[in-house]
Amino acid sequence: MALLEIKNLHAEVDGKKILNGVDLVVKKGTVHAIMGPNGSGKSTLSYVLAGKPGYTVTEGDVLLDGESILGMEPDERAAKGIFLAFQYPLEIPGVASMTFLRTAVNAQRKRRGEPELSTPEFMKRVRWMAEKLEIEPEMLRRAVNVGFSGGEKKRNEVLQMSMLEPRLAILDETDSGLDIDALRIAADGVNRLRSPECSMIVITHYQRLLDYIVPDVVHVLSKGRVVKTGGKELAHELEARGYAEYQDDAAA
Amino acid sequence: MPAVQETVDQVRRIDVDKYKYGFVTDIESDKAAKGLSEETVRFISAKKGEPEWMLQWRLEAFRHWQTMREPKWARVHYPPIDYQDLYYYSAPKKKKSLKSLDELDPEILRTYEKLGIPLREQEILAGVERPDGTRSRVAVDAVFDSVSVATTFQKELKQAGVIFMPISEALREHPDLVRKYLGTVVPATDNFFATLNSAVFSDGSFVYVPPGVRCPMELSTYFRINEKNTGQFERTLIIADKGSYVSYLEGCTAPSRDENQLHAAVVELIAHDDAEIKYSTIQNWYPGDKEGKGGIYNFVTKRGECRGARSKISWTQLETGSAITWKYPSCILRGDDSRGEFYSIAISNGRQQVDSGTKMWHFGKNTTSRIISKGIAAGRSNNTYRGLVTTSRGATGARNFTACDSLLIGDKAGAHTIPYIEAKNSKAVFEHEATTSKISDDILFYCRQRGLSAEEAVALVVNGFVKDVLQQLPMEFAVEAQKLISISLEGSVG
Amino acid sequence: MNVDVKPMKTAAELSLAGVYATAKARLPGGGAVAALRESAFRSFDAQGLPHRRIEEWKYTDLRALMREARTVAAPPDAAAKDRAKVAPCVIGDVECRRIVFINGVFVPELSDLSALEPGLTILSMAEALAKGDVRVTQHLGKVLDNNDAALALNTALMGDGIFIHVAAGAAVDKPLHLSFFGPDTPASVFTRSLVVVEKAGRAMLIESHEGASDADYQVNAAIELVVGDEAHVDHVKLIAEGVKALHVSTLLASIGARARFNDFTFTTGGAVVRNQVFLRFDGADTVAGIRGANLLDGKQHVDTTLVADHHAVGCQSRELFKAVLDGDSHSIFQGKIIVQPGAQKTDARMMTQALLLSDRAESDNKPELEIFADDVQCGHGATAGALDQNLLFYLKARGIPQKEAEALLIQSFVGEAIEGIEHAGLREVLLEAVAAHLAARK
Repeated sequence: MALLEIKNLHAEVDGKKILNGVDLVVKKGTVHAIMGPNGSGKSTLSYVLAGKPGYTVTEGDVLLDGESILGMEPDERAAKGIFLAFQYPLEIPGVASMTFLRTAVNAQRKRRGEPELSTPEFMKRVRWMAEKLEIEPEMLRRAVNVGFSGGEKKRNEVLQMSMLEPRLAILDETDSGLDIDALRIAADGVNRLRSPECSMIVITHYQRLLDYIVPDVVHVLSKGRVVKTGGKELAHELEARGYAEYQDDAAA
Repeated sequence: MPAVQETVDQVRRIDVDKYKYGFVTDIESDKAAKGLSEETVRFISAKKGEPEWMLQWRLEAFRHWQTMREPKWARVHYPPIDYQDLYYYSAPKKKKSLKSLDELDPEILRTYEKLGIPLREQEILAGVERPDGTRSRVAVDAVFDSVSVATTFQKELKQAGVIFMPISEALREHPDLVRKYLGTVVPATDNFFATLNSAVFSDGSFVYVPPGVRCPMELSTYFRINEKNTGQFERTLIIADKGSYVSYLEGCTAPSRDENQLHAAVVELIAHDDAEIKYSTIQNWYPGDKEGKGGIYNFVTKRGECRGARSKISWTQLETGSAITWKYPSCILRGDDSRGEFYSIAISNGRQQVDSGTKMWHFGKNTTSRIISKGIAAGRSNNTYRGLVTTSRGATGARNFTACDSLLIGDKAGAHTIPYIEAKNSKAVFEHEATTSKISDDILFYCRQRGLSAEEAVALVVNGFVKDVLQQLPMEFAVEAQKLISISLEGSVG
Repeated sequence: MNVDVKPMKTAAELSLAGVYATAKARLPGGGAVAALRESAFRSFDAQGLPHRRIEEWKYTDLRALMREARTVAAPPDAAAKDRAKVAPCVIGDVECRRIVFINGVFVPELSDLSALEPGLTILSMAEALAKGDVRVTQHLGKVLDNNDAALALNTALMGDGIFIHVAAGAAVDKPLHLSFFGPDTPASVFTRSLVVVEKAGRAMLIESHEGASDADYQVNAAIELVVGDEAHVDHVKLIAEGVKALHVSTLLASIGARARFNDFTFTTGGAVVRNQVFLRFDGADTVAGIRGANLLDGKQHVDTTLVADHHAVGCQSRELFKAVLDGDSHSIFQGKIIVQPGAQKTDARMMTQALLLSDRAESDNKPELEIFADDVQCGHGATAGALDQNLLFYLKARGIPQKEAEALLIQSFVGEAIEGIEHAGLREVLLEAVAAHLAARK
């Protein structure tokens, strides 16, 4: 059954229309890639799904498990299982990564009526995940993303995702700024989360990431609409031919 | 769950615009007549049974005060204070002198229980558990309006050679010691409010730590203003003799009243060779209501002198209360290789006005100082850091590092930074940096995307912002401080 | 400390009152100008000479530093004009339009007012005041609301100066060089200029102040500047007064929207110098760079006081001030960034750095922030200290002698501020001036 249904979604930022009728259905356990030229609305879509203030939906709806999420606060959506891996993760001075993670995990569990994780259990999980992602324990004691390299920030996003166990993970350009080794580590982390319980939307400009996180479905977004949908081979076509045919009058 | 959740829970439990410590204790008190004259000064001195030299010292201060004008340079505004319309002395009435706490007015005992300050030693024995499993204890001097009502652990401290008692008692029991040090760091003529204090101070704490002694427990004084129209003028004097160490903490609260009340304290610290004094303040005087009605005028002079070589004085303050705060805990670094530190968190909300900071005077060679100030301005408040770092010509090798960060919450608050940096020696190195920022919407969204509510997100970011300073507080008070921070900011997120 | 008593008038204050009383009848301008002078003098008279209890003048006690007031200098004689004519130009061979003042008086025969670019108007201030030129009177004394006592004194006694008008959209390619020569007698000069650059206009202003080394003259110079929307204005001031001179100068600027404004002050001369810069950002999205360098020695006392007042959204300002101090010199920097309510997205950064080369030198810094809007990026930094001994050692280990190594480090220290000047030729002139100053160091 469909986990996520996006119906004729129109959205604008600062009065500027960015999304112009996006339709998309994500089934449980499937991985969807969204590709498209710069400015096609990929990041906007991810922010609208996560509920970022300032992004106004003017038409259409977004349903999670058949229930509209548009009226929900960002933290409510997070507790429902939506996770956004940010293209540019934010720095939070003075707040240790470990504290941040524990606060987030337990805030979500509490909201869902689940018991909080005991400290030893939490620590055990974090350490295990961190090791897989080649994140030094020292990094967890440092403030969230402060002084982290681009690769470290992205791996930290994947670590958060692993700990928060989302049902819908949205990865916004997780590959940007990563070298090939860092990309593989991050992708391995994402792949470990693939399960019938977890769906994903992988947003990327390049096909490269999709060699590591192989999608079930690929969509092309252009001028705020899904203009083409296909299998994983569509990504290769795009890599070879570029986005020119999807933005022919974009220059106008 | 880390402290963040606790703080948020705490915030939720409290109604908006309700100051937790705002209750009034109904008790009969013994007051001096309203107004200020030589008679008032004589009355206070006589009440305390002071030696003649002390009375003369007070009178000199009073006469000098009459020639002075109230300072106007701080970034604070308030209607003129009528110094003749205040009570300068108020003490809970007692029938006879107390032999034990059991004879203390039960109303007062209950007041301190309500404030979370246990005065019965057996209740304190439980103490606070440290991470290593040991339990710490804190000796408390409780000052209620103009007098000290109880001081705990005096006996045990005495065994260690530490003198910890109300200053009025010290004037009777150790007059020579008091006379030797009183007014040597903050002279009786120092400034308008300090001079007023010198004339009329009624009580406060006195601490003397003998050479080589590490004070066996935290010392603390808990100040409470209860009576209406009463100024509180306490005087604290702490002396750490050669090679000794003491950590001292003061806490302050007052009832919620519609009138403004004056608090003009003086604190003097003296550290001899190799001695260290750590002085922490959690200032939570009544801040007034959200429209700015009522609240304490907190005009205090705090100064420490690193008199000996290699001595160290460290000020840590968490300022959340008072309608107006005017205070600059400072260090005179006279001894060679001495060190001064100032760590401050100043939070203003509602209509509060804060003008606070420090002064570091480098006189000795290779003296160092460090200033970390975190100002958080919310509501319609104004929050100013004002600081001076200066060297004498002889302060070769002096070093200072200053970092002042301001955080604005909402667009109606003001955050100001006014540092004075005076370098008069080429072998001295000064570094100063200041930033002003807000809690960005992007960070709030990031936190909320991870499942934190708006309140949790603000509490988390603010706790991160002040972390460097919070870590300087003694463990026993850090948790309380963290809670207080969130409470002070309640209602600041829209 | 707490007694604000009305102090007795000093000898200098009394004689300034005398100077004004005798001079006002023959100072240029009738009616409105005379009224402006009169109210300015009353303001000065009420305030007196600024002193250390006045927060803005805390480090420069003019009451103590200006023991006597001088009489207003007489117009220059032929000899003075000849000396100015042959004096080497302080800005070298940078191509510019020279406008010369001696003893505070405009000297047409040494100035080049020929073939003015289209849209450029230049007029002597004395002439404009005498005529009551409305282009001048509509702005004069009104560009910023400022109550500074030294400025009030200037307004009361302003004699000559220049009025420059750049029409909307006009680009004045050649820099305008206002070259001021001080009197060679113990006299005083009060010059006042007004520069109006209309919308999208372009102009570069170089202001230099020089004087005889043996005369203890006093200069009080002020410029009011209006930078229109989208205009691009550069202002570079060189203070190279004689060693006994007392110099107070003030720049008041109101800056429009989407404009570009750069200001640089280079101070090497004068016994006592107070350089005041008051800026108000009136329009959105303007970018400004305010910089300066002081190279001081002997008993020089140089105070730079800057106020950058942000009233509009989205403006960016960068302030960078450097001081290199030898001998018993004393350098002061007071810089205040104000962000008014509603001036969101202001991005203001201020840095002040002092290099103390002598144990007797003193550097006082007061960088202030006054912020009333939350969505801003504001910060300041200040450092004071000696040359980095590790760097010095590194250079010496590479075979560079002590003095040269020091010079290299000092040059790069000062160079960082000079780099902010957009005009390449002028940048070079100043870097050379720094090199020459360092070569002359003992």
